[in-house]
Amino acid sequence: MTPLDAKRPLQLNHQGQLQHFLSLDGLPRELLTEILDTADSFLEVGARAVKKVPLLRGKTVCNVFFENSTRTRTTFELAAQRLSADVITLNVSTSSTSKGETLFDTLRNLEAMAADMFVVRHGDSGAAHFIAEHVSPQVAIINGGDGRHAHPTQGMLDMLTIRRHKGNFENLSVAIVGDILHSRVARSNMIALKALGCPDIRVVAPKTLLPVGVEQYGVKVYTDLTEGLKDVDVVIMLRLQRERMSGGLLPSEGEFYRLFGLTTARLAGAKPDAIVMHPGPINRGVEIESAVADGPHSVILNQVTYGIAVRMAVLSMAMSGQTAQRQFEQEIAQ
Amino acid sequence: MKFSILGARVIDPVSGLDQVTDIHLAAGKILALGAAPADFSPTETIDAAGLIAAPGLVDLNVSLREPGYSRKGNIASETRAAAAGGVTSLCCPPRTKPVLDTSAVAELILDRAREAGHSKVFPIGALSKGLEGEQLAELIALRDAGCVAFTNGMVNFRSNRTLCRALEYAATFDLTVIFNSQDHDLAEGGLAHDGPTAAFLGLPGIPETAETVALARDLLLVEQSGVRAHFTQLTSARGVALIAQAQARGLPVTADVALYQLILTDEALTGFSSLYHVQPPLRTRADRDALRDAVKSGVVQAISSHHQPHERDAKLAPFGATEPGISSVELLLPLAMTLVEDGLLDLPTLLSRLSSGPAEALRLPAGRLIAGSPADVVLFDPAASTVAGEKWLSKGENCPFLGHCLPSAVKYTFVDGRVSYNG
Repeated sequence: MTPLDAKRPLQLNHQGQLQHFLSLDGLPRELLTEILDTADSFLEVGARAVKKVPLLRGKTVCNVFFENSTRTRTTFELAAQRLSADVITLNVSTSSTSKGETLFDTLRNLEAMAADMFVVRHGDSGAAHFIAEHVSPQVAIINGGDGRHAHPTQGMLDMLTIRRHKGNFENLSVAIVGDILHSRVARSNMIALKALGCPDIRVVAPKTLLPVGVEQYGVKVYTDLTEGLKDVDVVIMLRLQRERMSGGLLPSEGEFYRLFGLTTARLAGAKPDAIVMHPGPINRGVEIESAVADGPHSVILNQVTYGIAVRMAVLSMAMSGQTAQRQFEQEIAQ
Repeated sequence: MKFSILGARVIDPVSGLDQVTDIHLAAGKILALGAAPADFSPTETIDAAGLIAAPGLVDLNVSLREPGYSRKGNIASETRAAAAGGVTSLCCPPRTKPVLDTSAVAELILDRAREAGHSKVFPIGALSKGLEGEQLAELIALRDAGCVAFTNGMVNFRSNRTLCRALEYAATFDLTVIFNSQDHDLAEGGLAHDGPTAAFLGLPGIPETAETVALARDLLLVEQSGVRAHFTQLTSARGVALIAQAQARGLPVTADVALYQLILTDEALTGFSSLYHVQPPLRTRADRDALRDAVKSGVVQAISSHHQPHERDAKLAPFGATEPGISSVELLLPLAMTLVEDGLLDLPTLLSRLSSGPAEALRLPAGRLIAGSPADVVLFDPAASTVAGEKWLSKGENCPFLGHCLPSAVKYTFVDGRVSYNG
């Protein structure tokens, strides 16, 4: 028996355009490429003296962050402002009431203020899906990170970074290193790289930090960093949270750095023109050596710049897809 | 009321009876099968041609939510829903507020159930006070108040030594202990089966070993203490294999599975629908197939609904913030009939797992369709169908099968010779 609410493209409208941006899963390569192309065009806007375009003029974008964030929140704010939207940012503490109630009620209230778009970060996997499906289907929902599940704008800004530095994905070897298990960035990156045709995706981590069945993403698993980095074009380092030291996942930061930390010496095994990426914030001396983070291979700060352009692309595309869907539904109703 | 049910296909799985005949009910008992006694004059005659008459279904786990959780359900609403699913006898677990660890709570439940007058209720008492796993509940007082078995649910005992003593104490008085084997540590923080689906969705996993590690320990303690044991809500292939091994070496343990575990797998979680959030979790296709085989072979004697009604808000949140459980007791028969429709079980075997199997596991006075047994009968039309949710009696609408067209339709449920449900 098939469940009635089996998988359906919640985030696409009747024409296959984005109306929400929840996850990269199920998005066709053409759509991902369109996001990258659009972001490329916005990068030029960012370089101009007047950085604003009027695509979201008169629209209200609410950033609702149930988890702390600096970079993601700020770049979303900037992206919305550069699109001429009105922007509200809320940092919602989850400590006082039950999470579900807070989430549901908070968003219903914001919806009542005639918000057109929510950018949501939440600690529960699936939170963005829940909102798009049950709370505010009339509002474009952009996932700013949900639990361990997805961080699709980070995934796309990483893809933009790779494309701008490497040209394409067809002949690349990419290694993702560190805490894959708890990382929504890793999940979004694996899906995006696969969809864009990257032939050699590697994940490098001890077994305690690898999800069960990670091979389903079309990746090769390495437990040795030197082997995992051999001749790669791109190294994506992941942030290691301090709390991973408890509960037996890892003995210590020191031992992790010894085995999986990216040092100049280890990076020497990659291609000479390899780039080093990191979603930030970086832990110097835990997953990455300062000399690498600040060195010639590092594109970590470029990622931040590209992040604004990618978020502008996603916000504008989802808004236009949502508007088209509303019009379509009104026409059908008439 | 005296009833004559005429011309039904009568199936009594224990005796192997499967023939078209008549049933006569009087004074709460099955008076006779076949010809009625000469002096019998029924108050009502039911033409049951084309219908199947079977022992009323016995459901070993139906959360009634009363006392304490009336926003989710109450004894009247959930026993009525059960009768609509063909259930004439049900057991309710001790997770109430207050916990069912005193005879007062047991008496309250039994009084309200009698007052409601739908399915019969057999409470399951808490094995430890407050289900806290530290101090024994007053098991004999609970037994005398009507508790038919004892469990600590999914809450682990604080120490193996205390658990061991609890089992020895229960064994002293030939009480049945129900194990919901899941290792708390291994399951901690988990939301879904620790497999590719949960990994893809970023949901923290509950490994299969959460079940098997606890199950292996529990089986060894059962063997040592000699307690009468029933294992409930098995989910994994290796779990049922452990039960089969124990049975093969002569340990008289019984087991049940949740009906939804025989139908759904963890793949249903794709899309994050909280309707599929259950504990213990839905597992893989291979696990589901092994559970089906175990039901077929008889390693698992009972299929239960593991009915857990919830209010709307309990499911209206991101997956991890929702409460686990499915409301499905009122679909027990039609949902179970999908197993026959799909060719996985023959009808008498299915009916046995839904009536005599569970009744024998907990020694309940139910599960037979022979002269002299309680007049608990379900009469259903195998050719009709049930649109799930077309009418809905449970207070909990948290059911992923709503809207599905299911095979067969319950026409009458008789409890102690009364019409408890007429569809």
